[in-house]
Amino acid sequence: MIIHIKFKVNGVDYDIKTENNKRLLDVLRDDLRLTGTKEGCGIGECGACTIIMDGEAVNSCMVLAGRANNTEIMTVEGLEKDGELSTLQDNFVKMGAVQCGFCTPGMLMSAKALLMKNPDPTVEEIKEAIAGNLCRCTGYTQIVEAIKKTGEENR
Amino acid sequence: MDEKRNIIRIDGYEKVTGRAKYCGDLYFDRMLYGKILRSKYAHAKILNINYEKALEIKGVHGVVTSWDVPGEKTIGAIRFDHFPFATDKALYSGDGIAAVACESEEICDRALEAINVEYEELPAIFDMFEAMKKESPIIKEEFDSNILTHYPLRKGNVEQGFKSSDLILEREFNTQFVEHAYIETEAVIAVPGEAKDCYEIYGSIQCPHSTRKGVARTMGVPLKNIRIIQANMGGAFGGKDDSMTILAVRACVLAKKTNRPVKVVYSREESIIDTYKRHPYNLKYKIGVSKDGKIQAMKVLMYADSGAYLSMTPFVTWRSVVQATGPYEVENVETDIYGIATNNPYTGAFRGFGSPQIIYAQESLMDEVAEKLGMDGVELRRINGYKQGSTTASCQKLEGHKVSLMEAMDKVIEKSDYFNKKEEFKIYNAKSERFKKGIGLSCSFRGCSLGAEGTDATGAIVSVQADGSIYILAGLAENGQGLKTTFSKIAADVFGIDVSNCSYLPQDTGFIADGGPTVASRSTLMGGSAVKLGAEIVRDRIKDSVKKTLEASSLDDIVFENGKVINIKNKKEIEFKKACEIAYFDGKNITAYGWYKAPDVYWDEEIGQGPAYFTYVYGSQIAELTVDTWTGKIFVDNAYAAHDVGNAINYTGTLGQIYGGVVQGMGYGLFEEVDVQDGFIKNTNLDEYFIPTVKDFGNIYPIVIENPDKYGPSGGKSLGEPTIELMSSAINNAVSNAMGKRFYKIPIDLETIVTGKQLKRKQKRGSEA
Repeated sequence: MIIHIKFKVNGVDYDIKTENNKRLLDVLRDDLRLTGTKEGCGIGECGACTIIMDGEAVNSCMVLAGRANNTEIMTVEGLEKDGELSTLQDNFVKMGAVQCGFCTPGMLMSAKALLMKNPDPTVEEIKEAIAGNLCRCTGYTQIVEAIKKTGEENR
Repeated sequence: MDEKRNIIRIDGYEKVTGRAKYCGDLYFDRMLYGKILRSKYAHAKILNINYEKALEIKGVHGVVTSWDVPGEKTIGAIRFDHFPFATDKALYSGDGIAAVACESEEICDRALEAINVEYEELPAIFDMFEAMKKESPIIKEEFDSNILTHYPLRKGNVEQGFKSSDLILEREFNTQFVEHAYIETEAVIAVPGEAKDCYEIYGSIQCPHSTRKGVARTMGVPLKNIRIIQANMGGAFGGKDDSMTILAVRACVLAKKTNRPVKVVYSREESIIDTYKRHPYNLKYKIGVSKDGKIQAMKVLMYADSGAYLSMTPFVTWRSVVQATGPYEVENVETDIYGIATNNPYTGAFRGFGSPQIIYAQESLMDEVAEKLGMDGVELRRINGYKQGSTTASCQKLEGHKVSLMEAMDKVIEKSDYFNKKEEFKIYNAKSERFKKGIGLSCSFRGCSLGAEGTDATGAIVSVQADGSIYILAGLAENGQGLKTTFSKIAADVFGIDVSNCSYLPQDTGFIADGGPTVASRSTLMGGSAVKLGAEIVRDRIKDSVKKTLEASSLDDIVFENGKVINIKNKKEIEFKKACEIAYFDGKNITAYGWYKAPDVYWDEEIGQGPAYFTYVYGSQIAELTVDTWTGKIFVDNAYAAHDVGNAINYTGTLGQIYGGVVQGMGYGLFEEVDVQDGFIKNTNLDEYFIPTVKDFGNIYPIVIENPDKYGPSGGKSLGEPTIELMSSAINNAVSNAMGKRFYKIPIDLETIVTGKQLKRKQKRGSEA
């Protein structure tokens, strides 16, 4: 069945028709071709598909497309402003928080959602916020450091 | 961290903006989606495949089986024994039987359900020891028995050595199947080329040139007809080598059948079911020591489960045989390792490559021996550990590089405050009933690059542009480890410029020579050397062009630093940019190919003797942990890791490798295990196969040791694999320190701590058909 979804993604209004059995992840990737958001497990375990929906970090593989109607969504593509990296992104690059980069978009969005609510989080709060994002390359240490530094720069 | 040594990752921008395209992010006109039908049995004859009904479904464009493979039916890195499409027989539960190409993945699923395969189930073997019995059926017809490989090593006389020992200890260890669990699952898009019988293949492919060989062979075309283009890689850790060749062949056969681009992206379940794992080992160690702690003899007997295919088993087990007795001088050694065929999921390359298993066993054993002798494990290691000029089990004298084992141990002991903590924990444990604290150490040596496995050479193109910016393209691939950044840094250093002036071109087999696989922690050492040689050729050509401008009497007077080209005699200087422009208008070729061939190595397979590798690295790790004896939970509070990297060319990346490797090592030691029951994997997604999250450990303290190696670029050598191989034994020793009892099997999971054994259902040794 075809459904009609109106939503805002990275500040842009979309009005699309898509199949009702699609996940929000598929809509973002296949319909909007915003392929920054990744799929790693399809069951909400790895966090690679994390996006921000109405201010909350969610696994977009666990959200049916129809549920996105009338919501405001931010994906990794929405972090850069006017060709300039956000502080969070910049710190990820500078501090070695990125290796293969496949978990990075989800990791960034979990961190962003945290920083939106809690601009200068503690290490424990950071770990809690990204506990649902698996990374196999970095051992997480430099990721936590990059988020911590971003928080400190928000002071 | 030293800010000056921080290098900005050159592919960081695209990876934090979502612009980096991984294979799954690519789309082509008229592209179809592909999916694989896998075997219903762990061992079965395939009598008939009927896919008429699948073809009737709207949106299905093609179904292929082994019959559609136009060339040879098999691939293989070492021996051609692996069928991308099962031909006559399925040998394990992940074997591909057929594949479909459809307009959507959903239609693919329906098409797979409509395929009817008639099987005749055959007796299957899931246990290595069962497989070795004379009466057991031979799983792979092209072999004489289920023993696929055997590597011996003989040195001195072990019987004599045991006779002169005061203490003899025999212990048996077991390790598990482990999943790579890169966050990006395997993906390939096969695109029919414009020319006849040509294909372009995009994919998350760790070793593009190896994959090209397999695809060309099975498609029955020359190598030049196949171009493999590596998309950004979402992690590999050794796991996207021959498994990707299998997938590339499947996609390419579908592309040929439909004459359209075909994209195949494995789901996590498919990724776990289909591709190879780390080899489970059974290891029997016998060690003899004199009272003063000197090792007199070691006898090691090991069995590795190869599963249904050979894959990298010969090379993996060969590395085990070279390093089985650890970084210790032992006069009398007898080692044997056997690679065994079963109907289990097949096993292959995985970061560490035959070392994590043996180090787990041998480093656990060393601590136990020390305990029996009434000394600390550190003392025993100091007595026997390699020093400058020591001789290995294969009679190779360790020279020509700094043998830094003692340095690594000293540094990690100092940083962790090992001896004081041992005392502190003794007091703590005496008072604490529920929680017990422990600290444990392990150390290793590791041969760099391929060694006597085979040809070891690689190339790189350094192309300087007229404005001083640079393209780099190398025969080894970026898998996430930071190779692009390291190689760019090596080239930038030759020209005395900032790394941001370099761009790294996508890896494409059409544009760069086959420089061997991106494995064995050989990239910095081998590929980095090739980049350096290429850059030096161009640098010398530029020197020649600017000699007149700089009024230099000798080319040796010209140096490249801080973005300038300088005559050190008269202090005359020009911008690097300007120098490139001069060379360009001088008609100089300012692009060059650097080629690096490794020094010769040798191995006598009959007796297992010879200089196995041309250089080695040394490392030592310490785990400090708390055991909750009520729940069985082990939490590593602090991990310390000291590694000699020669020269940390990319310092930020060096730390990242250590952090990442240590955490993978914790997973290996504590909770990762692919649960294979009667040939089928039970934990097929990340909700049941646990890899460490950020909350599963405390702090990691990396210690970077730099003793430049004459064979590496600016002295840099291997790091990726040493970082993962030590943690499981450090943890095992720490648990023993905490609890006063020893374990001989990993992972040391909750039930092992509480009940002394794993509570897993025991799998059948075999099955009757």
